[in-house]
Amino acid sequence: MKETRPRIGVLVFPGSNDDRDAAWALGALGAEPVLVWHGEEKLPNLDAVVLPGGFSYGDYLRAGAIARFSPAMQAVSAYAAEGGLVLGICNGFQILCEAGLLPGVLRPNTSLRFVCRDVPVVVERADTPFTARCAGGEELVIPVKHGEGCYHVPSDLPAELIALRYVPGENPNGSEDDVAGIVSAEGNVFGLMPHPEHAVDPLLGSGDGALLLASLVDAARERLYARA
Amino acid sequence: MKATVLVRPKDGILDPQGEAVQSSLRQLGFPVGEARVGRVIDLEVNADTGPEARAEIERMCERLLANPLIESYEIEVVEDA
Repeated sequence: MKETRPRIGVLVFPGSNDDRDAAWALGALGAEPVLVWHGEEKLPNLDAVVLPGGFSYGDYLRAGAIARFSPAMQAVSAYAAEGGLVLGICNGFQILCEAGLLPGVLRPNTSLRFVCRDVPVVVERADTPFTARCAGGEELVIPVKHGEGCYHVPSDLPAELIALRYVPGENPNGSEDDVAGIVSAEGNVFGLMPHPEHAVDPLLGSGDGALLLASLVDAARERLYARA
Repeated sequence: MKATVLVRPKDGILDPQGEAVQSSLRQLGFPVGEARVGRVIDLEVNADTGPEARAEIERMCERLLANPLIESYEIEVVEDA
């Protein structure tokens, strides 16, 4: 029988704390999650990679600034350069920005407070491997929980890279242009502050995060078939 | 050789910490203008000369100590230390 569960790596840094939730959610949505320790210099055979939320290296210096130099991140950079699918959630988004795999940077919330609540976001780009199950303009409710989610928009950022925005008036962190998520110009790297892995079951408040993660699982499955 | 790196939010970059410090100082009766909050990093570096140390620390700043998108940095090298 043909293997249909794509293998999706979930990186584990010292201080990651959403790695297991991400792995559970990906498993529930049809993928085979593979935890990858940050010290690994080579990635196993994978169809996609997720950088989970948490506080890698204690968020020392700047969130994500130290994690980007871990051996596994060198491998993820090479993987992304070859077109591999990479999703960064919260701290994962911060790491991708610090690593230069996504433009911009995430700064402390303008309120200087940690925020933890459900927020409505609008899908600006439904044509990415991470949002394909959504409709353009669709509103999703997904929780955020972070202290450094204020996205600074570089002056040369092409507007079409803004893939996800907080609904006007619902911006939880002072993010410029209400940016909640960014996709790379090539379309294979995506980062967002909200936590889709915490919104995969309506019993827990919202199932909307499953639309994003299931989109990734679909795209990873296509890669698996192409590989097979 | 010892050196100090000062990392500051760039001009025009919103600094909520600085704003909070400014408003607290004003509440305490200090009528300060703008306040900006940065970071100080004291380093011991292996270098024979000041310029060598400075060049090495510049590389550290570009790679790790500062994020050039939002932060500027200043290096002070103490040659006799």
